[in-house]
Order: sequence, then C-alpha cells, then structure tokens
Amino acid sequence: MLYRTAGQFKTSYAADQQILPIRQDRIGLAAILVLAFVLVPMLASEYYLRAILLPFLILSMAAIGLNILVGYCGQISLGTGAFMAVGAYAAYNFHARVPELPLLASLLLGGLCATLVGMLFGLPSLRIRGLYLAVATLAAQFFADWTFLRIKWFTLDNASGSVSVGGLSFFGLPIETPVAKYLFVLSVVVLCALAAKNLVRGHIGRSWMAMRDMDVAASVIGIRPMHAKLSAFAVSSFIVGVAGALWGFVHLGAWEPAAFSIDRSLQLLFIVIIGGLGSILGAFLGSAFIVLLPIFLVQFLGGTGRLLGFQVDTALVSHVETMVFGALIVFFLIKEPHGLARLWSTAKEKLRLWPFPH
Amino acid sequence: MSKKLVTALTAALIAGGAFAQAAKEQFFPVLVYRTGAYGPNGAPWANGYVDYLKLVNAQGGINGVKISFEECEFGYATDRGVECYERLKGKNGGATVVQPLSTGVTFALTEKAPADKIPLITAGYGRSESQDGGVFKWNFPLIGSYWMAADVLVQHIAKKEGGWDKLKGKKFTLVYHDSPYGKEPIPMLTERSKMHGFELNLIPVPHPGVEQKSAWLQIRQNRPDYVLLWGWGVMNTTSLKEAQATGFPRDKMYGVWWAGAEPDVKDVAEGAKGYHALTMQHGVHPDAKVVKDILAQVHGKGQGTGPKDEVGQVLYMRGLLSSMLAVEGVRRAQERYGKGKVMSGEQTRWGLENLALDQKRLDALGFAGVMRPVSTSCNDHMGSAWARVHTWDGAKWNFSSDWLQADEAILKPMVKQAADKYAAEKKLTRRAPADCQS
Repeated sequence: MLYRTAGQFKTSYAADQQILPIRQDRIGLAAILVLAFVLVPMLASEYYLRAILLPFLILSMAAIGLNILVGYCGQISLGTGAFMAVGAYAAYNFHARVPELPLLASLLLGGLCATLVGMLFGLPSLRIRGLYLAVATLAAQFFADWTFLRIKWFTLDNASGSVSVGGLSFFGLPIETPVAKYLFVLSVVVLCALAAKNLVRGHIGRSWMAMRDMDVAASVIGIRPMHAKLSAFAVSSFIVGVAGALWGFVHLGAWEPAAFSIDRSLQLLFIVIIGGLGSILGAFLGSAFIVLLPIFLVQFLGGTGRLLGFQVDTALVSHVETMVFGALIVFFLIKEPHGLARLWSTAKEKLRLWPFPH
Repeated sequence: MSKKLVTALTAALIAGGAFAQAAKEQFFPVLVYRTGAYGPNGAPWANGYVDYLKLVNAQGGINGVKISFEECEFGYATDRGVECYERLKGKNGGATVVQPLSTGVTFALTEKAPADKIPLITAGYGRSESQDGGVFKWNFPLIGSYWMAADVLVQHIAKKEGGWDKLKGKKFTLVYHDSPYGKEPIPMLTERSKMHGFELNLIPVPHPGVEQKSAWLQIRQNRPDYVLLWGWGVMNTTSLKEAQATGFPRDKMYGVWWAGAEPDVKDVAEGAKGYHALTMQHGVHPDAKVVKDILAQVHGKGQGTGPKDEVGQVLYMRGLLSSMLAVEGVRRAQERYGKGKVMSGEQTRWGLENLALDQKRLDALGFAGVMRPVSTSCNDHMGSAWARVHTWDGAKWNFSSDWLQADEAILKPMVKQAADKYAAEKKLTRRAPADCQS
C-alpha cells in the first residue's frame, strides 16, 4: 500500500531518467543514508564498526568494481585479488615513499596503478572469451602474489614481506577511531557506488552491456570492442584497486600478500554472482551475505548451544558454519539464479500490486 | 521465513546477552584454529591453552580471581582473526591479553593493540624485532623469536660440526613457508652466513605447502649439507615425505618449533627418523607436574578440552606454556596493583614487562624441567633466549642437545636496528626511561 506509484507523473525527460524514478525509493535511500551516516556512527559499537561494517563496505566496493567487469561487460575475471593487491601495495609505496602525499591521493594513485595493471591483463580479452579469459585473468592473480612476495622493493625491503601503515589522516582530520574510519570508508564507497551507477546508465555502460549480450552485434552497430572492453577493465580495476588500498590501509593496518590471495578473488566472484550480476545493489547484498552470514552463524550457533546448556566445540561450530553456509548458497542459487538483487526487484513488483495481485 | 529469522535472531541475542553478564572475572580471549589447513597443529595448542586456564580455575583462580575465557575460531585467516579480536576484546570486562598463534594476525594486531591497550603475547613467533620493548610497548615475544631460533640452530650445527670454522663452504638450504612467518629467519641466517662463510639458499614453498616437488628437485641438484625447515601444518609432513623420496638424510634436517611436533612427523613415523627440530625450551613432557595436575584436576573431572593422550605433547605444551605466561603476567600485575583484583590490559602489560619467574616459582607451578627461568624488562620483552633441539626417533621426540643460548651480541643489534627502522617508518619515538619505571 505504501509502495504505490499511482499519481507520480513525470513531466520532463530529466525526471524520467533519474536514478530512482519512484518517490518511495528516493525516500528509502535517503533514510538509509541518514541511517548509515548519522545513526550508525552514534549507535553502533566498536565491534560492529570495525569488524563487520568496515569489511562489508570495502568488499561491497570491490564487488561493485568486479560487477562492472563481470556483470555489465561479461568478462569473467578471477584476478580481482590481484588488482586489490596492486592497489594496496601501490598506495602503500606512494604513502611511504612520498610522505607529503595526502592519504586520498595515495589511495587514488593506488587505484590508478591498478587501472594500468588491469588494462594490461585485460588485453587478452580482445582475443579470448569466457572461461579462457577467466584462466588468463587467473594469471594476474599468481603474478601479483609472486611479485609482492618476491620483489622486495615493493615492501620497502621489509624482512618479513609484510607491510603496515599507521597515522592516517584526511585533510588534517585523523582517521584513527572506528567512527572516523567508518565514515571515511562509507563516504568513499557511497561516492564510488554513485559514480558506478551513473556510468552504467550512460552510453559507456550501454556499450559494455551491448558487448556482454553479443559482441559481434555490438561491433556491427558501431561499438568499438577494444574501447568497450578495456574501459570496463580500467574502471573495474580502478574501483577494485581503491577498495584493496582501503582494505589494507583502513581495515587491516598491516597486511601480506595472503590478504589478497586467490581466495579473495573467488570470494568476490561469489559475492557478485550471489548478489546479482549487473546490479550495483547486488554488490551490497552479496557482500552482506558473504561477509555477515558466516559471522552471524558462528555467533548464533554458539549462542543457541549455550542457551540449551552445553558448551559447543568451536571446531564443530566452524564445520557447521561451512555446511550451512554452503547449503544456503545452493538454496539461493536454485531459488533465484539471478541473485539477491533480482529477489528485491521481484519483491518491488509484488509490492506495487499488493494487496491485489492479479 | 522472516518470522523464523526473527525468532532465531532473538534467540541469538538472548544467548549472547546471558553470557555478557559474568563480571569480576579475568577474561582471556582465545583465538584458535581447530579447522582448516593448519587445524591439526592449531587444535592441540588450543587444548593446552584452555586446559591450563581450567587448571588455574580448579586451583582457585589467580589469587582468588576466577578466569573466564571464550574461544573464537579463525581458521588461520588474517581477516577472520582480526574479526575475532574485535569481537572478544571488549567482552566480559575486556580482554586481558591476546595470543593469536599466527604471524599474519600478529602483524595486524601490532597496529591495533596499543590503541586498545591490550598486550599481545607471541610466545615464540611474531615479529622478531618486537623483542625491543622500547619501541614495541605492547608486544611480548616471550621466550623466543625466529631470529633467536635461527641463531640457535646454526650454533647447534656448528657445535656438531666441531666449531664455527667448520661451517665455511658448507651449503645450507632454508625451505620456508612463503609468508611473513617463513621469511622471518632470513635476516639472521644471512648475517650468520656472512660471518661464517656458509652458503645459504632460499626455497619458498607456497601456502599450504603440499606442492614441494620442485623445491626438493632443487635440493637434489644442489645437494646442501643441511636443510632448515620453516614450515607449518601439512607442509612439514610433505617436506619430510619429499626428503624421504629424494633420499635426503633426515638427520641433516632441522625444523623450527612450528615444524617439530607430533602432527608433523606422526604420518611419516619411521621415515622421519633422525629429523631434528628446535624447541623453544620445552619438548614432550608427560611427566611434568603440571601435566599430571591437569590429568587429575581437569581431565580427571571430565572437563578436559581435547583427547587425553595428547596431554603433554609438544604443541599441547606450547599452549600450556603460553597460557601460563599470560596468567603469570596477571599474577605479577596483581602484586603491584592489588591482589585478588581483576587486572586491566594496561596493568597486565606492566606485569608481563616485569615478569620474574625463577626456578623456585617454576617448580611450584609444576614446570620444573620444562623451561628455564624467565625475566623480562622494559628493553627485553623476550625474557629468555635459551632453546634446545630434539630429535624424532620414529616413535617419539627425545632431547638431543644441551641448552643453547642465542648470541646476544648478534641478536641485540639486529633487534635494535629493525625496531628503529619500524619506529622511523611509523614516526614513533622510543619510550623515555621514565616510562619504563612505571
């Protein structure tokens, strides 16, 4: 009843083309933003901010980046972890070698380095497609692992190969407290999501989608494949690279190449597939599913165990967590192969008609 | 579905809340990995750690203060480890100390612990330079670090060869886990190789370490005199099997303590015969008094954490020892800040920095023969640089060396230099002498 679009008339092209054409969506998004920017920092405990919301936001951002490549442009990539690593280590090198550089500049330069590497590894996409491309991007993953483990220059000759950053600040404001970190990351993620949403709505995004749906047809109607594919790799790697830098700088503080291993690449691919290919919202939903659910399951299983009066073995909880989590992934993929984002749009359709479905 | 979900959520919240109320107890978060690639090694450590806490409770707590603890499984993944730390650090009145048993998590927590005022004990692992308490105020690599371990191993080999000069021209190969952990000993071994003129080859093995064919092919071609093994979990077993397949003499192989426990050699049994490993003080101690106490007072009452036959094994003892050091830190802090009171992280930090476990105290705790006295100070957060070597005879570990002490003349300057480099990178200043008094 609340979600009724009757009476909302659009009288200009601008009104028809806006991101959220339905008034309720606009109100909803505004409410979520107020919640995220005002209420959460006031109410959430340090644990939620640092251990749950930060990883959730950063992985959502990486998933947005990957979604541009996989969901919008149809180029399967298994090298996300590598691009995150490039972003993180490049930003670290800028940060450590040029101390005058502000944090934001280091992060963006890290993203730019990831862009270059992403375009380089995107070149094979001009010749090969599908699973073969996935294998080619996998090479990026192993290449990055190898580079940051072996070439000491990247880790400032640190004996252990692990790097760390501290004393972050943003235009003089220190980013030390959990709230500051959260707000910083949230702002970056929101800006990035907005930019990505607008990109995919415009002619660039349309050329990506045309390329995804049928590349021969797309080139016949005048879309340059090289341009479209490489721009998708560039934008995707940039966002992923900045997300990687945030992961290292803000979330972990100290990291080693293992933080951006093949597991991370697969995790992000799962986020994108479960959240919904070709959807910005899907990146957030998928990331919530993959990041939050295991933690919730552990707490819930341990909690119920104690409630029933027996101490649950941590190893058992961990095994059950893996099983339940796996089962849920299978369940959702069978129920809705197009991801959680599609569930939401189906729900929206139903809500518009409710309570009189026809 | 949503209704069920709400019910489930409520149940979880109630369950969480019911346990947050326990107060006036000294809370120990226990970060463990009982699952995953390193689970077989992580589990005995966790059992020992928890069993000791239970033993202290059974004996009346720390001067009457009972201990509460909670396990958090992180599967040796750094980000899950950080999540565990964040989850547990504020619970039940706040974490006393944290011991991650993972070099990756240690690196991440080194950045976080000072802000949260929680001391970080890394007994035998972590950053080697964190021994320098002047820079690493909150890190305690008690009774051993990787540099110290590497130094002792080289000393032991030199002794066997009959003197330092005999090492000249010898070939050493370090087979290491390709992670910060595995790379830690490299600076010390490089330093020693320069001093004594032995050749050092480095062969990294990627996580989790089951693929070592090419590594051992290199060893077969290069024919080193000694192989040093810096592995963890399944990597160790694989190395030993590969050594067997390659025909590399097992008694020319030396592991660090992470590569010197029962899970590493059990499956190879006879094939690992003669293999040596460094022990950070303790080895297998089924006869130690503390082990007997645990069998009687914890396992005897059906409260044991793991399998009973594992009590007293190497990694179990490691957990036990780590736990004891933490508890003694609290006890020492109580001497200053009030007996029978719950100590904060900051107070415990003082206790750990002023730890003085003499032989008498160790005997009383039941650790006679297990370890040597430990005495920490503001500048030295390690407390003891002694170690032993033990050898696998196909069925059990036996000590095969005397106590060996790392050469402070080499270790100290390296630690100081690395700590200063860290401080410079982080723009930290060394602690003032006045800070050390308090």
